This record gives sequence, structure tokens and C-alpha cells, in this order.
Amino acid sequence: MREIDAKQITEVVKKLCIDSNFYLGEDVLAALDRGEKMEESPVGKEVFQQLKENVRIAREEQVAICQDTGLAVVFVELGQEVHIIGGDFNAAINEGVRQGYKEGYLRKSSCHPFTRANTKDNTPAIIHLSLVSGDKIKIILAPKGGGAENMSTVIMLSPSEGIEGVKNRVVEWVKQAGSNPCPPVVVGVGVGGTFEEVALTAKKALLRPLGQKNPDPQLAAMEEELLTRVNNLGIGPQGLGGRITALAVNVEMIPCHIASFPMAVNLNCHAHRHQEAVI
Amino acid sequence: MSQPIRLKTPLSNADVEKLKAGDKVFLNGVIYTGRDAAHKRLFDLLKEGKPLPVDLKGQVIYYVGPAPAKPGRAIGSAGQTTSGRMDAYSPKLMEIGLKGMIGKGMRKKEVVEAMKKYKAVYFAATGGAGALLAKAIKKAQVVAYDDLGPEAITRLEVEDFPVIVVNDTKGNDLYQQGMAQYAR
Repeated sequence: MREIDAKQITEVVKKLCIDSNFYLGEDVLAALDRGEKMEESPVGKEVFQQLKENVRIAREEQVAICQDTGLAVVFVELGQEVHIIGGDFNAAINEGVRQGYKEGYLRKSSCHPFTRANTKDNTPAIIHLSLVSGDKIKIILAPKGGGAENMSTVIMLSPSEGIEGVKNRVVEWVKQAGSNPCPPVVVGVGVGGTFEEVALTAKKALLRPLGQKNPDPQLAAMEEELLTRVNNLGIGPQGLGGRITALAVNVEMIPCHIASFPMAVNLNCHAHRHQEAVI
Repeated sequence: MSQPIRLKTPLSNADVEKLKAGDKVFLNGVIYTGRDAAHKRLFDLLKEGKPLPVDLKGQVIYYVGPAPAKPGRAIGSAGQTTSGRMDAYSPKLMEIGLKGMIGKGMRKKEVVEAMKKYKAVYFAATGGAGALLAKAIKKAQVVAYDDLGPEAITRLEVEDFPVIVVNDTKGNDLYQQGMAQYAR
């Protein structure tokens, strides 16, 4: 067994909270460049320029890209040869979130659902844990803003609707979301599994680098078709009309029950933030 | 793109009536932040016939919950939130003189109708460009509901704050016009 101190987890989570809110990945920056070139609307082009300028300011001045620094969604791949010492695993992650959001001057957006009273430290984190082989811990931190998360859905389709049913629902969903989720968006689609698993699958689809297709040729073709159809909606950057409504559509699929056909759409805004580290 | 129209708050009926959907505007002067929780409190006070903590006559409300300011700065990142959640409260605020709202996303029919009736406009800023928009905010001072944290009502002094008119006083809607132009 390899021993890893809980304090190390806290340090890594703290840094990932800050970094993910200050910097976008190379894949997202490249997608913004491509989008600006392809955009046909003058207003849309200007929006792309503003988004790129915003990213530059955030990086150089070490401030949050967007004021909505999200709930801290944390994906942990825990090696089964790891023994965590010196503290509780969940507490270590939450302490990292607490410190990261304080030291990074990030907004605390977690609140009581009924009273709306703010928890004041952005905890609890949303933690998705999976046990994997090996003696390492991989942590992916994906802050998720409310505007795009609100424009997400799970639908339990009838199997008779088939692949066309899924595609049509995705396009309809992006259309009705319109300008709300801060387009250009990234569309995460989950197909299969169960009610809860399909939502998580859609969220995990958002973690795949933009521009990297699904290895399954049928799903890769579906992603390409959906991106074209979504961009033909004309919603455009910020919903002001234009060619680029989405930077990418990522689809992930898992087997489901013979009676079921679940699908989920999880939208993300152009501030498509996630950072990872391996301990 | 057309040259921006510079406006200074408070806004008059004449100021907003000349604006049309798609116009680029640079706002100057004072604007107030307010989102879900603050709107509910203002709405409840009006229902009870009590005075508001800020005079909204001629004013503009910016739907934003800013990130905390780093030392030496006026404000943290400060881009707008989704406006639809304020729809239930906005017509009442326009009735008492609110002239502008800054947010993102579509408004309900009742809100668009209220803009025509009470002469007010809905602006969009570039959502998610919070670091960029914060540059146009020179001073920030909480004036009500400090307990709401990022949702408190804050008085902002802005210089050339960049927005675009989405809904004007005639019922035009840039979201619909823009989408119709580029849909295929």
C-alpha cells in the first residue's frame, strides 16, 4: 500500500479550485479561436473577441474568468493500492475547497435550498468517487456555474424513439435553452444506464477534451451531426444571433435496461473549466 | 457594428425610448446590483407599501453576484446572471420607475409588455466575461442587504460599461431577430 496524507489531498484540491477558475485549457482556447474565425455575425465575432480578452485578463491578473465560480464538482479516481492517512478523505476535499475559494477570492455560491442561506465557504463539494487499479489518486476539479447547470435535463425515453429520438431531443433542448446558458456552449450528452447514472454520464462527457471525438464511429458521427444541427439553430454567441451556438457536442453511452432508454443533456458555458492533478 | 451610444444614469423616458434592439450602449454613472434574493425583498416591501432601501426611479439594475474583490480592487469578476429568475418581480419595479435591467437570457412576455407600458429596456452584457466587465466598474459599495453576501444590493459606479439592447420599448427582441437571421 502507498500512503498518502489527507493534507496533500487538501493542498491539491485547493490549487485546482483556484487554477480551474483562473485558466482555461488549451482545447477550450483553441475552440474559441476556431469559433471566432467561423462566426459569421459581426456581433458574434465581437463576443468571441470579448471572451478571449476576458480569458487573458483572468490569466494575467489572477482573477476568476466568471464571477460564478460554481459549485466545486470533484471527480476522484482513487487507486485501490492507496491508503489515506492523517485525516478523513471527504473532509480533506472539503477543506481544499474552503481554502481555495477563500484564497482565490472566488465566489461562494452554495446555499440552503429552502432558506437560500449561504454556507459561506462553498462547501459541501460535489464528490464523485471511483475506485480504480493502481497506487495513485487522480483528482479532476470542474467548477459548475448555475446558469448552464439549470439548462440541463434527464429524459426517460421509450426505446422505440431510437437514436433519432435522442438527437432530436438534444437539438430541441439547446434551442429552448437559447441565450440562458451563456452560449457558445459545450453540450454533454449521456445515453443509457439508469436515471442517476445517465446524468453523471452526461457530465463526464463534458470532461472529454474539445475536438476529441468519441472512439465509437457511430457516436462520433452523431456528435458531428448534432454540432451542425445545433449551430444551424442560429442562436449564436450570447444568443444574439450567429453561426456558433456550441463549441462541441460530446456524447457518451453505456448499456441500459431492456425496458429503458434514458438520456441526459448537461450544458456548460464557454467558460468550460476543469483542471486535474495526479497524486 | 454601429458606434456605441453613451448614456448616463439616471435614465429618462426620452433616453430609453430612442434605444432600439441591437443598439450598443456604454453606460456611465451609478447602477445597482440585484439578483434573486434582493428582488424578493424589494418586491415584498412594495407589497406591504413600505419604502425601499434604494430609490429606483430612473435607475438600472444589474443582475450580478460579484466575486469578492482582491485587495486594492473595486470588485471581483462581475458578469451577469440569468434574468428569467427575476421575471416575477421586474414588472413591479418598472411600475415604480426602473428604466433598465442588465442580464442574459430571455424574458417572459409579461416583462416585455411591462417594458413597453412603463418605458424601460433590457440590456445584455457578455455573460461569463466577468473579469472584463469588472474593468468598467470603478467603485462598489454595499447599500442594502449585506447579509445576502454576493446577493447584497451594491451601488456601482461604472464608466463605459458595455451592453447591448435586447428588448426595447417598442417590443423588439434582439434574441428573436438574431436567431431568425442566422437559423438555417
